[in-house]
Amino acid sequence: MVYLQLIWSYLKIGLFGFGGGYAMLSLIENEIVQHGGSPSWGISEQTFTDIVAISQMTPGPIGINSATYIGYVVPANAGFDSPWWGLLGSIVCTLAVVLPPFILVSYTSHFISRHRDSAIIKGVLSGLRPVVVGLIASAALLLMNHDNFGTTPLELTVSVLLCLVSFLIVRYTKIHPISVIIGAGFVGFLVYYVFM
Amino acid sequence: MNIYLRLFFTFLKIGAFTFGGGWAMISIIEKEIVDKHHWLDRKDFLDLLAVAQAVPGILAVNISVVVGDRLRGMKGSFAAAMGTILPSFIIILAIAIFLTPELIKNNEVISAIFKGIRPAVVALIVAPVLSSAKAAGINWRTVIIPVAVALLIFSGLPVVSNPIIYIILGGIVGYIVFTRRAASKQTIN
Repeated sequence: MVYLQLIWSYLKIGLFGFGGGYAMLSLIENEIVQHGGSPSWGISEQTFTDIVAISQMTPGPIGINSATYIGYVVPANAGFDSPWWGLLGSIVCTLAVVLPPFILVSYTSHFISRHRDSAIIKGVLSGLRPVVVGLIASAALLLMNHDNFGTTPLELTVSVLLCLVSFLIVRYTKIHPISVIIGAGFVGFLVYYVFM
Repeated sequence: MNIYLRLFFTFLKIGAFTFGGGWAMISIIEKEIVDKHHWLDRKDFLDLLAVAQAVPGILAVNISVVVGDRLRGMKGSFAAAMGTILPSFIIILAIAIFLTPELIKNNEVISAIFKGIRPAVVALIVAPVLSSAKAAGINWRTVIIPVAVALLIFSGLPVVSNPIIYIILGGIVGYIVFTRRAASKQTIN
């Protein structure tokens, strides 16, 4: 049953994926391209690369993006031709990847709120705060790569400038980060499409 | 407007402009939840981030669940999570139904726009490093912790580049330091 396999795979991705964004990528690849995915899924390494590329060009976490996309494509590959089967696949995969962490996070969050004044929770959180700062910094460092900054001298220069200016705006002005994203997209459009 | 609807629409906006996963959301969430709506202060938000990171799952969804839960319990977390998921779900579904991946990948306008957006997204992750360091009360003595954590994860070396280690260590060390301090305070009194 292709739907059960899909649900099982995305339950695993949801429950064993830590760290957000591209940290989950190898887990997803493992499930849908290699051992996890049965041959009837018809997901090639190329399709997987496509999904990653699309995820970089659309909003939202890659975990959700891949669940929605794989859920739509796989039933058709397995012979369930109507788009409604695809829609059903999209919904069940997205729910499968979201639901277990949703429950886990809710319980943890409730537990911590209830015991917020206990010594254990206060102590643990005080130790976690500097770690989380380090985690955010590591995410920033890991993303400063050629995928995000380009490879040619022109791309690198434009990217470093865009990153620097965006940082200064977000940090030192009241301009909304969403406006910064839209502005950077517009600069990208001008530099790489209109002038080149 | 009803608080659940406000939560939903706030996170819908956040979800629609989050490129590159949970870490890139932090700046936008800080702006919306901390600065604009004053639903949380920075330190609370940092504690919630710690919880979101410590539990498995998609970071962006976890963050919306912990924030929604803190503000309005289970219903709040449901509203926030739906807001985060829907833009991504609808856009990908539309691409899967109406377009082929090649059409998006090879579209020159879209790829030009995203060549501009990606370095800005990195900036959106660098900025909260400073604001969260301040909220965490990092000083010249404790700055070694985030620096070491960031560099070890960045190193890509086996074992030490796994973030889970530092969450577990941070929790244990934090607990020990906190109870010791409490104990020494008691003996002084």
